[in-house]
Amino acid sequence: MDKLKLIIKREFLAKVKNKSFIVMTILSPLLMVGLLLLIVFLNQKNSEEVRTVAFVDESNLLATVLEDTNATKYIDLTDLGIEEAKKQTEGNFYGLLFIKKSDSLINLSKGIQFYSEDTPSLNLLGSLENKLEKKIRNLKIEQLNFDLDKIKATETSVSIATENFAGEKSSKIGSILRMIAGGGFGYLIFMFIIIYGTSVMRSVIEEKTSRIIEVIISSVKPFQLMLGKILGNAFAGILQFIIWAISAGLLLTIITYVFGIETTSSGTAMGQINPEMIEQMHASSASELQVALQEIKNLPILTMFFSFIIYFIGGYLIYSSIYAAIGAAVDSETDTQQFMMPVMLPLIIAIYVGFSVIENPHGPIALAFSLFPLTSPIVMLMRIPFGVPWWQIITSMLLLIGTFILIVWFAAKIYRVGILMYGKKPTYKELYKWLKY
Amino acid sequence: MKHILTVENVSKNYGNFTALNNVSISVPKGSVFGLLGPNGAGKTSLIRIINQITLQDKGSIYLDGELLQPEHVHQIGYLPEERGLYKSMKVGDQALYLAQLKGLSKSDAKKKLKYWFEKFDINDWWDKKIQELSKGMAQKVQFIVTVLHTPKLLIFDEPFSGFDPINANLIKDEILKLRDEGATIIFSTHRMESVEELCDYIALIDKSKKILDGKLNDIKEEFKTNQFEVGLSCENKDLLLNEINSNFSTTKSDKISFNEDVRLIVDLKSTESSKDLIKFLNNKAQITHFTEIIPTANDIFLKAVANNG
Repeated sequence: MDKLKLIIKREFLAKVKNKSFIVMTILSPLLMVGLLLLIVFLNQKNSEEVRTVAFVDESNLLATVLEDTNATKYIDLTDLGIEEAKKQTEGNFYGLLFIKKSDSLINLSKGIQFYSEDTPSLNLLGSLENKLEKKIRNLKIEQLNFDLDKIKATETSVSIATENFAGEKSSKIGSILRMIAGGGFGYLIFMFIIIYGTSVMRSVIEEKTSRIIEVIISSVKPFQLMLGKILGNAFAGILQFIIWAISAGLLLTIITYVFGIETTSSGTAMGQINPEMIEQMHASSASELQVALQEIKNLPILTMFFSFIIYFIGGYLIYSSIYAAIGAAVDSETDTQQFMMPVMLPLIIAIYVGFSVIENPHGPIALAFSLFPLTSPIVMLMRIPFGVPWWQIITSMLLLIGTFILIVWFAAKIYRVGILMYGKKPTYKELYKWLKY
Repeated sequence: MKHILTVENVSKNYGNFTALNNVSISVPKGSVFGLLGPNGAGKTSLIRIINQITLQDKGSIYLDGELLQPEHVHQIGYLPEERGLYKSMKVGDQALYLAQLKGLSKSDAKKKLKYWFEKFDINDWWDKKIQELSKGMAQKVQFIVTVLHTPKLLIFDEPFSGFDPINANLIKDEILKLRDEGATIIFSTHRMESVEELCDYIALIDKSKKILDGKLNDIKEEFKTNQFEVGLSCENKDLLLNEINSNFSTTKSDKISFNEDVRLIVDLKSTESSKDLIKFLNNKAQITHFTEIIPTANDIFLKAVANNG
């Protein structure tokens, strides 16, 4: 036991003291934050830009909807006539909206054009279309002598409330939350396995190429060394993830603090335009927030937490021992390719299946891959937030543990033989032979 | 207990390949035991089994009278032929680590390391990384790590490779000193002159079988061919040669020393003794040189392996 501790400590320190580890740990949150800041900054720059749109409204019916907003100003060039207005607009304004005179409201909608130097922004076009459609529709209603207010009163919005048979309410937000929770956990395991599995493999190869391996295994059992390596790397990885989580949280708070003030100020600016709408938005977002909170409470958090721990440990140990065996079988990292493919395949399948699982969490594909031990750590975790029967979770975990024992046993055998084999790239047939040594 | 290590009927197969076939050796306490054999004979397999790196298929091994157990690794020091150190770890740190893996406490290991670092005058290497040292320097560190925990049994596989003659000599002296302090040394090498210099006992393994073992002097005695090299001075060289050749079978020696007329290697039959030869020669000429040809370890090695062929 003492030796295992020594090995874990050495592997941990070797990993943590490594320059690339330090750089990665410190730099990646900064990079992420920097990227985030850049996006926010660019977005703001974009929205700060004010576009001036000129218009010629020959019909004299629609100009009223073209009200100035923060992002867009409108200039009435109707008096100049379309040809002169085009000349004036070119080089001076963002674009020119031309509403052709027409005999009827029906034809009016067909004679609207937008002139601009470049392809105009889809957002702007969309909002213009929206405004004009609404206005023309209202005009038509008026022309038909319908009571506009009465028609408005018939407008209805339906949002279907869903509830399962046990009486738990759910909502779309809930589904999204579940997707995020499950997907996040699954993806975390995926990333961890790939990053730290490879790191275990590198460390095995390093011991082989530096020829220290025989000195060490004359003092400790090869299995102890392999296990110590796997655990040491895992602890380094957990430390890195914790540092990332803390720094990400810290930086996010700082960012929301800094930018939070700005959002409220722009919120009040918007409030001046249409106070009613804002109020409505607030009301709806408040209720949605409540629903979301309720949904978070409804998530099987305890199950998720414990199954995350079990699948994390099981999945990492299975894959990292395979990685260790690969490292032992080869002489250099360039030789690992042929063995990496079969390892990466189930992981990648798991992530892809994971996405379809979110669509259909209880389908046959979801069930199969959440039981299959090489994909279950990822797929089952993505399913659990949607509610999985206990027998499935338990079967999947038992399969995972069984496979884990089997694979670690095989990997340890290959490892034990492989670390003392130099100079040749083994085939699968040879690996099979090693199992019998 | 006379023997520190007893290997009894050990066999090891790798698939269809037989690495060791019913090998038995006994290593007397306090000796330097040469484990010899051509490449691929099975020496390294045997050494790895003694170090419990691999397990034998058959047979048993006793260390100091006890059946070999995992705890015994603390009583064995092993310097493998394929050896190295962590490239990016500091010399002191990894020496401490390896010593602790051999069961030393940290403070103990530090004390002992200090002693050896001072002895080899390498104190200022402590904070250096292995990649900053030369190959010979790294070998010194490896030697220290091997002997640091004062094991009862030391196994050196080609210990002198990578050392210049000065440092090879330093290591050789240290090995002999360790033996004098009570350790037993198993020494595997292809350098026969160092076998001659160091070993009291040898075992020869060829094609996975032990073909020869025992005290080096006894083996030499056994491999003696009753040959004598003689140098003679006389007046009539041809007459003398004729007379000798009619009585003994001889071959010409490739050495002729200053003021000698004849230099011969004489093969005596088992019924003849050196006394007879001297008597015969003394009557014919003046004897300037007379030695019995004793086989070197190299001769024994070549002959034994050829016979096993």
